[in-house]
Amino acid sequence: MNSAKERLINGLIKENPTFVLMLGMCPTLAVTTSAMNGLGMGLTTMVVLALSNAFISLLRNIIPDKVRIPAFIVIIASFVTMVELLLEGFIPSLYDALGIYIPLIVVNCIILGRAEAYASKNGVIASLFDGIGMGLGFSFALTCIGAVRELIGAGTLFGYKVMPESYVPSTIFIMAPGAFFVLALLTAVQNKIKIAGEKRGKDMSKIQSGCGSDCMNCKDMGCAQRMIKEEEEGKANG
Amino acid sequence: MSDLMKVSSNPHIRARSSTSSIMLAVVIALLPAAGFGIYNFGPNALVLILVTIASTVLTEYIFEKLLGKKITIGDYSAVVTGLLLALNLPPAAPWWIGVTGGIFAILVVKMLFGGIGQNFMNPALGARCFLLISYTSIMTDFNCDAYTGATPLAELKAGRPVDVLNMIIGKTAGTIGETSMIAIVAGACILIMLGIIDLRIPGSYIITFVIFISIFGGRGFDPAYISAHLAGGGLMLGAFFMATDYVTRPVTVKGQYVYGAILGILTGIFRIFGASAEGVSYAIILGNLLAPLIEKATFPTAFGKGGAKA
Repeated sequence: MNSAKERLINGLIKENPTFVLMLGMCPTLAVTTSAMNGLGMGLTTMVVLALSNAFISLLRNIIPDKVRIPAFIVIIASFVTMVELLLEGFIPSLYDALGIYIPLIVVNCIILGRAEAYASKNGVIASLFDGIGMGLGFSFALTCIGAVRELIGAGTLFGYKVMPESYVPSTIFIMAPGAFFVLALLTAVQNKIKIAGEKRGKDMSKIQSGCGSDCMNCKDMGCAQRMIKEEEEGKANG
Repeated sequence: MSDLMKVSSNPHIRARSSTSSIMLAVVIALLPAAGFGIYNFGPNALVLILVTIASTVLTEYIFEKLLGKKITIGDYSAVVTGLLLALNLPPAAPWWIGVTGGIFAILVVKMLFGGIGQNFMNPALGARCFLLISYTSIMTDFNCDAYTGATPLAELKAGRPVDVLNMIIGKTAGTIGETSMIAIVAGACILIMLGIIDLRIPGSYIITFVIFISIFGGRGFDPAYISAHLAGGGLMLGAFFMATDYVTRPVTVKGQYVYGAILGILTGIFRIFGASAEGVSYAIILGNLLAPLIEKATFPTAFGKGGAKA
């Protein structure tokens, strides 16, 4: 069970999908209007992530390499459909709040990313816990962002009034611009940690930041760099 | 030797004007509008103006102190931002509106993008739109001790008659600094005479706007309707003091005419087809965002590099 614990910690902290890998930004920005919505979205994604990871890991020796992406998508989409119907049936309020973002979990890059990077290469139990860990990390991040936005934008936390009566909520924080304000602050904190770590000589290459330094000396191209690397590896392998 | 020789790139001509002298002139030019606002709306307007200016200047000072940067509050640009923001607030707004707006204007719109000269939109207008979206009910409530009811622009939009003469003098409801056309134009004349602003942007802005509302306003070329639109709302304040902001306007001459025309069309669209009666702030902010594109499209060919047929 050592590896299970390691996977959970990895997903929550070391490779937190939102704070470290900067993956799945679309739901992160769109549904975090309140802490409850953030938590709901995070847990929904976690269920899909854990189940699809386990399933893909089970089938990893059967799925031909060339059609693995469509196969992954079919598996993920099946689980998303199940979760969607369950939510609609049992938690309609959350279903209404999340709206279009539930079906969009299919194309959430965290899920496809974990399927490709982890589940298709590792055992079932480890993949399951990888999914749970990543999902918990995602839920944690979304709840944090949602809590900040709800606190400033509505003066409440999980629906309970916490700010004093005289506080006038700043509505912009529960609208689209608020998501970008909070994300920008998070990225600033992340850059700070990254730069401080690099100065101490630690390997910070895992942290994918929006922008680390000036464009002329950019070493961190985010997704583009990853794609170039993969292409080069593909060429080297034949 | 190195003490005597100063190597620098051209231009070598020195002018007396500096950032602080220009900004001080803008502050002085805004005083008639501010003074009229205080006379018109009473002491709360004065409190708001002072609190907002204090908030912008203090924010800039604290931010620069904390980050160990050069303190730039001596160039008066924060004072201009604070004053402009205060003139854009409703007279009965609580004091913390000015403080929040001032902090947002300086911290988010100006300092986080690199301080003076680097902001991509007018800090005062950015903060006004932030407040307008955040605290809609406070920012659109123009009831105060002196006036109750809607602003003249809202009356105009609802099709009710307005008193154009009162709008030109400024004895109407509205934000602190926007009501008096006379006070604003008097201030703008000072700036024009000092050569700090020219008529390119305000002129093309206002002319385009007049053409737009003559076509789409539904009243044809009706002088009373058009002058009500010109005197009401923030058009004059926006055209002379905010659209002409050195940092956020295009630098090319041709670009400035294009920019003014875009602002005129946008303001017309927002006022006539939009949900709210006013649209000057949003129009100028959108124009600010387009300024780099306008510059790119109108960049003149350097001398000696010509020959390309347009």
